[in-house]
Amino acid sequence: MGSWFQRPTPEFIKITAPQTREVRDRIPKDLWHKCPNCGAIITRKDFKANLSVCPACGRHERISAMDRIQQLVDEGSFKENNASLRATDPLNFVDKRKYSESLEAARKKTGLNDSLVSGTAHIGGVEVSLGVMDFAFMGGSMGSVLGEKVTRAMELSIERRIPCITVTSTGGARMQEGILSLMQMAKTSILCAELEQAGIPFISILADPSTAGVMASFASLGDVIIAEPGAYVGFAGKRVIEQTINKVLPADFQTSEFQREHGFVDMVVERARLRKTLIVLLRQLMAMPPIPLEEEEGSDSQVVVGKA
Amino acid sequence: MAKKNASTSTATSSLSAFERYQLASHKDRPRTLDFIKALFTEFLELSGDRTFRDDPALISGTARFHDKPCVVMGQEMGKEAKDRRLRNFGMMHPEGYRKAIRIMNLANRFKMPVFILIDTKGAYPGQEAEERGQAEAIARNIRDMYKLKVPVIVTIIGAGASGGALGIGLGDRVLMLENSWYNVISPEGCAAILWNDREKTATAAEALRLTAEEVFKLGVIDEIVAEPNGGAHLDPEATYKKFDAALVKHLKELEALAPDDLVKGRFAKYRKMGVFEE
Repeated sequence: MGSWFQRPTPEFIKITAPQTREVRDRIPKDLWHKCPNCGAIITRKDFKANLSVCPACGRHERISAMDRIQQLVDEGSFKENNASLRATDPLNFVDKRKYSESLEAARKKTGLNDSLVSGTAHIGGVEVSLGVMDFAFMGGSMGSVLGEKVTRAMELSIERRIPCITVTSTGGARMQEGILSLMQMAKTSILCAELEQAGIPFISILADPSTAGVMASFASLGDVIIAEPGAYVGFAGKRVIEQTINKVLPADFQTSEFQREHGFVDMVVERARLRKTLIVLLRQLMAMPPIPLEEEEGSDSQVVVGKA
Repeated sequence: MAKKNASTSTATSSLSAFERYQLASHKDRPRTLDFIKALFTEFLELSGDRTFRDDPALISGTARFHDKPCVVMGQEMGKEAKDRRLRNFGMMHPEGYRKAIRIMNLANRFKMPVFILIDTKGAYPGQEAEERGQAEAIARNIRDMYKLKVPVIVTIIGAGASGGALGIGLGDRVLMLENSWYNVISPEGCAAILWNDREKTATAAEALRLTAEEVFKLGVIDEIVAEPNGGAHLDPEATYKKFDAALVKHLKELEALAPDDLVKGRFAKYRKMGVFEE
């Protein structure tokens, strides 16, 4: 917080009465959300109702896998599968702590068994096989469990002839599983070839961040690739690149918008329009008749043109 | 299928993971060009991705292996300082991966087996590499190598790090030279991320289980090619001989398979990779 002096405190948060400890303790924690980008403050409730997007600056905050699923699918249609898959510690890996301990801590923190939640759901009436990553679980890293779940999600797509959708939010492969995590890139990419062969649509949605081993495998192999605004999307980490080339990179380097300009992302879609975009796209790709979208919020236009 | 013919009877078997890691970077160690010259005849280098430029970090071309036409390619780290810079230390750009798959597809059309030699500390982490889609190039290669209907034999000859290695590394058989290493990240990179300390490279090298023996135990590779005592550089001829024999054996097994069975075998091989409980 070294730059507090550059930004005068907005009036509306100065008006709180002087608080005693007792008063402070009675106010629930996490009542407010402060945008790390613009500093705007709103209640958590309003923030969540706005799909965890800052109403002032449009910053798309990372969200949990379960919140993401809730935002995207037809209400009540999600059926989770393969939830019981759990990572073991095949390398007996220890860095600052044991991998097994990191796993336990992540499970406790997120209530998940690993960094991806998968299942089936309907989106605008189209049945899909869905895999959604949760960055809060060890940085959304890809280990054996994630690779297996993505693989099974794709196999289910082929078996039932339903589209596959992944939402990535990840720092890449899980180093604690060494070479086995690298092999998940091979495993998931092979399934992308099988999806292609079977003529099943695969839509890859890139949320912040989508990088490294996951980007260098299935996430880059979508028939259509959609990214959220401002997400960090790339292969090598920005810091590593800067150290390698000894140069400071521009702020928009490796953003969704940068990737779209360079031809690696089809469209950058705001969270508020993501579900609607998926409904339109899925129904087109599955040769299903259009459905009226007036009831879907977030758009007044029938033509979706990417921002230049 | 993995066979228990990992040869560990040499004196180097007592080396630590970090010592092997260092041996893999030994300045006199045979590199891709040495292996191409020693094991193949009539090598014709083919250049370029037909889109942007030629990537000198990857050497590729047609050749003959025991008189049979084939394609051979690999990352070349270079030996002298000038050469190493030209080769970008064996770190490829997207155009390198695109060149690789172009030439593999050429092999596919003319029914030639593909031999791949891996020697890289990773795909190049540069600004232009990102602008030209490093991640996409690697992902596409992995997917499209799976579809090849000719035998693909991959060997890690020195360094094998991350998507940079796997981007030309999906095969029907994957071998490792005894003192090579293969992992999801270089030990330096891992030390910097997990320990915030590059000095922990040796610790990371041990933790990552990156030696041929460990990778074999994890079911990721099919065979370890033994090196002479003290490493391949002490007796390159002996190394070439063992390596050649291994390639002959695996090629013979793969040539007996129908093209579709190669793809099925590849599916089975990679489908089962990973360790978890349910």
